[in-house]
Parts: sequence; structure tokens; C-alpha cells
Amino acid sequence: MSVAPNHAPPAVAVDPQDPARLRLSGRWTLRYANEVGEALRAAPDGIACVDASAVERIDTLGVLQLLRYADRNKLDFDRFAFRDDQKSLIAAIEDVHDQRPKKQRDHGFHAALGRLGFAVVDNTREVVALVAFLGEVLAKLLRLFKEPRRFRLTATVHHMEQVGLDAAPLVALLSFMVGAVIAFLGAMVLQDFGATIFVVELVSAAFLREFGVLLTAILLAGRTASAFTAQIGMMVNREEVDAIRVLGLDPIDLLVIPRVLALLAMLPLLTFIAMMAGLLGGMAVGAFNLDIPAAAYLARMQEMMETRHFWVGMSKAPVFAMVIALIGCLEGLQTEGTAQSLGERTTSSVVQSISMVIVLDALAALWFMEMDF
Amino acid sequence: MTANAGATRTLDGVVIGDAPLISVRGLVNRFGEQLVHDGVDLDVRRGEILGVVGGSGTGKSVLMRSILGLRRPDAGRIRVLGVDAMAEDPVTRRHIDRNSGVLFQDGALFSSLTVGENVQVPLKEYYPDLPDSLRYELALLKIKLAGLPADALDKLPSQLSGGMRKRAGLARALSLDPPLLFLDEPTAGLDPIGAAAFDSLIRTLQQALGLTVFLITHDLDTLYAICDRVAVLADRKVIAVAPVAELETLDHPWVQDYFNGPRGRAARDAMQETD
Repeated sequence: MSVAPNHAPPAVAVDPQDPARLRLSGRWTLRYANEVGEALRAAPDGIACVDASAVERIDTLGVLQLLRYADRNKLDFDRFAFRDDQKSLIAAIEDVHDQRPKKQRDHGFHAALGRLGFAVVDNTREVVALVAFLGEVLAKLLRLFKEPRRFRLTATVHHMEQVGLDAAPLVALLSFMVGAVIAFLGAMVLQDFGATIFVVELVSAAFLREFGVLLTAILLAGRTASAFTAQIGMMVNREEVDAIRVLGLDPIDLLVIPRVLALLAMLPLLTFIAMMAGLLGGMAVGAFNLDIPAAAYLARMQEMMETRHFWVGMSKAPVFAMVIALIGCLEGLQTEGTAQSLGERTTSSVVQSISMVIVLDALAALWFMEMDF
Repeated sequence: MTANAGATRTLDGVVIGDAPLISVRGLVNRFGEQLVHDGVDLDVRRGEILGVVGGSGTGKSVLMRSILGLRRPDAGRIRVLGVDAMAEDPVTRRHIDRNSGVLFQDGALFSSLTVGENVQVPLKEYYPDLPDSLRYELALLKIKLAGLPADALDKLPSQLSGGMRKRAGLARALSLDPPLLFLDEPTAGLDPIGAAAFDSLIRTLQQALGLTVFLITHDLDTLYAICDRVAVLADRKVIAVAPVAELETLDHPWVQDYFNGPRGRAARDAMQETD
């Protein structure tokens, strides 16, 4: 790289012959932005014309600063003299320059109040949209019985593999560990009463009624709802969903129903895996740490636990599946063309589906308890 | 003109004299088995608008990406603004990046930033000390230079039409006042009136800002209207670089089809009418 010998910063000097004339020299470029500003601020008052013909180089920034200087000092820009080869640049910039004041952003109380209001309205809309979407999907699911040719078998199976099969090892591993943790926790408390054997009931009830389905749903909310949103959101961004519509196809049939059905089929199966793995975790802790042999553990479980516990847990699985699939798909369809929006929608779909799952589970627990199930 | 006027305005102070701003020698690009470039030679002279044409798949964009350092060629030498464009050295790379602006085909605006913020991105990166108000005014100036209304500043790229997105992309490409401008099919996807307006905008800016322009295009009207010289990519090489009037007579099947097909004739006739 050859570097020019004269790195002349911008400079201003008053013409010795004429105290009202300012002479500029050096480089009036972006690189010397600060020096340009300082030089012009340091210029004396009472300047009537500016001679810029000795300026070595000038770019947009230099011209802009000179224009601002002219405005500040109420100088007519015709009183500036430039070198001929720089005149076309000056003219181009002078043409588009105007003194539009910078728009002030309101950071005050009113703005905060406004944002709060918008957030409330947005949230309301979101809830309404979800309910409407639920209705639309249910209506179109029913239509499938009348017009079975609308059903996409391949897509459904594909999603079943991604949603169900691929998640099975993770669900099993995590449930096994949580099962073991509950057994330890139970043993710690119950040991003092000499009631270690009740660990069996604790683990079984916890996993059959609550944790099997809850753990699976939370896992799938993180894993699947986000995937649904990202897949569909990207398709919205690339106008693929619009293409589906103008081809006379229905995005709900093509994109949403296969995902909903896949999750409806797989979440109960995964729940079953989670229940078994959790029980196994409890049993492993029992056998290795609490002196409850596997045979005794199983016998006690059979004796004390009723099948209804299993059904209480299982009955929640399709509900959670519906919630996760609907939120994931709806958020994807609501994406608005930017990378930022896709990110926000994906986050929102995970947050919403996890919160909904937990809220619904709590309500269900209350209801089942009151009903003595 | 003073002695200085001949030298290129690279703001890092590199003086290149009258050597070509871009010089490509013996460039080879290969994708697996497929040979895209086999010994491409090309010079871009200071202050010219060089049009690059060629059929689909002849590697126009690959050539641009190689010059910009986005793709490492398999062989050959590339010099840009007097430095070796294939050097790994970050200082050299930054020198080239700082002094060239690129308009990608779809504008490649950052979709989550407003147009104004898009134009300010290079300014923030290279001149973090610049006061906010000044940076804002510079961005506004560039947006208006690119022919957008001032209220486009606060809009998101997704709220703009295709033509406005290209103008916004041009404003961002110009934000550092680079002496060298790369345009990848600037008029593709624009309506004929918008395309003609964009052509004349490029011409005006090129003259006002003293730009050297590397312009990839399919658009015959653009070639006739604003290109000083045209390079033809065919048979994995640059087969000719000449003003468009000379190219018409070149004896090469693709060139003949291109310039003397119905669209070529129409563009030439339109040009003669305006003359």
C-alpha cells in the first residue's frame, strides 16, 4: 500500500487581504469528520464569503458541514467558491439538502403509556386470534371427513417422525432422571417416618397424573412449537404461503392440519414413554438406594395404584398437543416479512405454549381433585 | 484541474495514479467439476461505467463476488484500488471494503432496521465518533441523493416497493462516499420507467461523485444508455471489452444473438431516437 505523503487535515484561515473572507484547505472528508466540525466552529465571526478552491478533497460530509455552517451564519451558499471539478458534487448535494429538523422521539411518560396501551390491545387481539384459529382448524378438520382427498398423509407422517420419533430418546432420558429425583426427594422426607415404601405411590402418582404429560408437553413446546413457527414463518417471508393461496390450495389444509394431527398422535405416545421412563427412574432408585427390590416395587404399585391415575394424565395429552400445535402454527402465519419478526414470533410461540400448558395443567389438577378422580 | 484531481479519492490516502481501479488476471473459478471461469482478464478504468453482460450461468455474479472477496478464486490475481484483493491481511481487506459500495440484486437491506438505520450502519462501523445528529443528516442526504423521499427514512424495507428498496440499497452503498461502486442487476425487476429513471440516477451520481462503476446487467437499455464500455463473458472468459457500438459488430454467436435479437434492436433504436 502506498500512502500519500500529505495527510492534510482540514484547516480554515482568514484571508490576510480581506478579513471577511475565509480560506479553506486540506481534506474535508468523512475521515476528518471531527476536525471539520472543530475547524468550522473555530472560524471567526463576520465572514461574508468562503474560498474553498484550495480544498484538496471534499466529500458528502464536507459539503454537508459547509451547508450547515452557511445556515448557522446566514450565509448565502453562492458566496462559497469551489474548484471546478468539485462543483458537480456540491450541486448534487445542495439540490437535495434542506433544513428539516430532526424528528424528536418521545421518551416520556406519554410514550410509555401509549406503548402499554398498544401492548394490551395486541395481547387481546392475540387471544381472539388464537380462539378464531382454533375454530377454523376444527372446522377444517371436520371437513376432512367429508372430503378425504384434502388429507395430506405424507406430510402428516413426516411431521410425526420429526415431532415424535426424534424426540423419544430425549423425553425418555429426562423423564427417567426426574423420576429418580422425585424418588430421592420422597425418600428423604419419608425416611424419618419409616415410610420409605410410600415412595412407590409418590413416584407413580406424580408421573401418571402430572409429570409424564407435563414434562412431555413442555419439552415439545420448546422443541416443536418453535420449529413450527420457524418453518411456517420462513414460508410466509418467502411468499410461499401466498403462492399456496393463489394456487387455490388452503394453507390450513397443507401446513397446519398435518402438524396438528402429527402432534395429536405423537404427544400421547410420548407421554406414555415419559410415564414409563419416570416409573423406571423411581424403580431404579428404589432398587439401588432404598432397598425396595424391583419385584416388591411392582407389586406395591399394582396393589395401590388404580388405572384412573393413568387416564387422568393421558386425558390431558391431546389438549396440550392441540395448544402447542395451534400456537406454533398461528405464530408462524402471523410473521411479517422481517428476520426480526420471525425471531419475535418464535420466541413468543415458545413462551405462550409453555405458559398455556402449565396454566391448563394447574386448572385440570384443580378440577380432577374436586371431582375426586 | 489541479494535480490532485487525477488521483482517485480513496480516503485512506492511497494514490493509484492512472492504473485501473480493478484489474483481474487469469481468474479461474471452479465449482466441483464445473469450470465457470478459465482465465478471465478484465480491467476497470477510473471514472468509467463498465457493464458486464453474459448469458445465465456465465459467472457474472461469481466474478463480482471474487473481486469483493466473498469467494476465493481457484487461481488468478485480482487487484482492487491498487492493493491485492486476494490478500488475507485484514487491513488490506478493510481498505477495499471501506472504499467500495455494493448494491446486491434484491438490495440486501437489513430487514429489521429502518432505511435510515440501514444507511447509518457503515457510518457507525467505520466512524463511531461521528455525532448522532450529523450521522442522521448524512443518511438523510444519501437517501435523497438516491431519489427517495425523506419520509422513507423511518420505513422498514418490507414497507417499500422493489424499486424503492433498490434506491435504499444504493443509498447504503454510497454512505461512505466510496470511489468504487458495484451494482448487481440494478434494474432487474423494475418497470421500464423505473428502470430508465434508475439508469439516469446512476449516471448522475457517477458524474457528481466521480464514481467508478462495475455494473452487472441483462438490461440492454442500461447498456446503451449509461455504460462507457461493456465486457462480455462467454466461453468461461471475457471475450471482448468495448463500447457497446463496437460490440454489435463482433463475430460471436452469443453476442450476435444478444445485440441483434429483437430486444437488442429495440434498445438500439430507442437510443438513436433520443440522440
